[in-house]
Amino acid sequence: MLNRFFLTLRDAGIPVTLTEYLALLAALDARVAVEDVDGFYYLARAALVKDEKHYDRYDRAFGAHFKGAEQAFAALAKDIPADWLRKTLERVLTEEEKARVEALGGWDKLMETLAERLREQRGRHEGGSKWIGTGGTSPFGHGGFNPEGVRIGGQGGGRRAVKVWEKREFRNLDDTIELGTRNIKIALRKLRRFARDGAAEEFDLGGTIDSTARNAGLLDLKFVPERHNAVKVLLFLDVGGSMESHVRVCEELFSAARSEFKHLEYYYFHNFLYESVWRDGRRRQAVRTPTLEIMRTYPPDYRLIFVGDASMSPYEIMQPGGSIEHWNDEAGAVWMQRLTSRYPKHVWLNPEPENRWDYTASVGITRKLLDERMYPLTLEGLDRAIRALRA
Amino acid sequence: MTSKFSGTERYVATDDLMMAVNAAVTLTRPLLVKGEPGTGKTQLAEEIAAALDKPLYRWHIKSTTKAQHGLYEYDAVSRLRDSQLGEAKVHDIGNYIVKGRLWEAFDSSTQAVLLIDEIDKADIEFPNDLLLELDRMEFFVHETRELVKARHRPIVVITSNNEKELPDAFLRRCFFHFIRFPDTETMTRIVAVHFPDLKRELLSEALNAFFRVREVPGLKKKPSTSELLDWLKLLLAEDVPPEALRTDDPRKSLPPLYGALLKNEQDVHLFEQVMFLQRRQQR
Repeated sequence: MLNRFFLTLRDAGIPVTLTEYLALLAALDARVAVEDVDGFYYLARAALVKDEKHYDRYDRAFGAHFKGAEQAFAALAKDIPADWLRKTLERVLTEEEKARVEALGGWDKLMETLAERLREQRGRHEGGSKWIGTGGTSPFGHGGFNPEGVRIGGQGGGRRAVKVWEKREFRNLDDTIELGTRNIKIALRKLRRFARDGAAEEFDLGGTIDSTARNAGLLDLKFVPERHNAVKVLLFLDVGGSMESHVRVCEELFSAARSEFKHLEYYYFHNFLYESVWRDGRRRQAVRTPTLEIMRTYPPDYRLIFVGDASMSPYEIMQPGGSIEHWNDEAGAVWMQRLTSRYPKHVWLNPEPENRWDYTASVGITRKLLDERMYPLTLEGLDRAIRALRA
Repeated sequence: MTSKFSGTERYVATDDLMMAVNAAVTLTRPLLVKGEPGTGKTQLAEEIAAALDKPLYRWHIKSTTKAQHGLYEYDAVSRLRDSQLGEAKVHDIGNYIVKGRLWEAFDSSTQAVLLIDEIDKADIEFPNDLLLELDRMEFFVHETRELVKARHRPIVVITSNNEKELPDAFLRRCFFHFIRFPDTETMTRIVAVHFPDLKRELLSEALNAFFRVREVPGLKKKPSTSELLDWLKLLLAEDVPPEALRTDDPRKSLPPLYGALLKNEQDVHLFEQVMFLQRRQQR
């Protein structure tokens, strides 16, 4: 009975493993929970579920299993034989994949879509990426894994989720998932590596030898200060218009990264860089910081990171007075050149998918201005960007 | 067989928490506790130690803590220095091995409780570096070629504030419990444990005001249990009457001594605005 429960949990998208299951059995063997359902419920939860965001899923799976009722999946899919759905065909996953396969999110939404999909589907299906079946990568059905499940199910279907999915593109998108809140952690690791790059030995060997020799052979230890977290970052975030939905994610990312960087300064701009930027969205008209002042304040060893979709009219970059918000005496391109020459280490992160960049003229112009140092705001893109910043 | 943990006089444990603790104690596997700040994660270890009458070893993790610090440190520098001064103890390398908290807990003559506090503060690889040590409860001291093995497998309580994701391999070896924010009923019990002679009227008004503050959407830092307790302490010290906690008075929207609950001025501002809007809607 418990084996089935274990499988049910896995089917429900909770990443339980054999080790944990054995721990539960050991605990039962040691009579930690004595024959009452509540106790067993708590015990199994403590042993099997390692993240509070899975609690809800666990509750449902537990309820479904121990009511003796068919699984919610099977209930909806009356015409699908239960053993077919239960078949535990699993792709062998690497740890990395597992981390990315962060389950399917918003249950109700999923069920809704599932019901729809079921109406469309005829007959048995195996593999593939859309239909319900075994061993596939659709977020429905089971034994399959879908790295994009978070985006499609959880975040209510981004602007293009379903279409991408029908084109069966997502299998290749593995490491190019857009940064979501869940992925921030992984991205952070990259930033951390980057931030800790400067860490040096505290013990100054050369200095010690030198000083010991001068000291007639009597040991005289020398230390150098740890060059920890020496990376300084100037962050410019595009806000407004098409960027609204991305900014929150970026901000979360970099505020989380904050502790890693000794100096992280951030400013906002709209569409492109001009003579001033601002820090407080609510008072952006009143309190602005001149770009020149920034260039005076922060030395050139700061790394410059722009985050924006760079999608605008080319005039906004090339022409004086091109800004859509105010009259700018000098073109955005001029300001960009000033900034990039002051700060030689700079990148532009673009939340738009890379294959769409060519369709927007302004993206091309911006890339030229930045010596092609534009990277998509994905894990893989961030990796490249950080490499560029390090170099 | 170890005795069961069921909360203490000063600590209210819910059923699920008790179960998780007992499972961890019985199987001597680490217990990972997560939850909002101020819900008593750290205190849990202290209370387990007190309830089961075991010594407690605290290991507070900082951003610079390395796994090795918990095991032992080899003080090569002072050995080098001693060698120049011709000290006799220099011949025994063991004199320069400084025990870490984990070692101390392993060394304890009775079963100990080991608290690894805020594990998420450390480097992302930190938990991975402790896998074997926590699993087998042993480690090897390379300098002295000595295998340190726990005399009694300690009860390990690990707390995390969710600042970093913990690795799967680590999670697999732990029991897990998420301390939920207490509901009104549990909160009443908790408060009763700390302030046994609080007037009932004051308590219910205070709890109302407290949960009202918590419900405001978008607060940067929601007040937690420990902040509620602090606030009650202040209310008692200032002898605030229960009536003062009601917010019918349109001119005053903030509860008295709100500084104990709201910890930054944006939150105070936000709270005032929300209260203002609510009152306007009621009219």
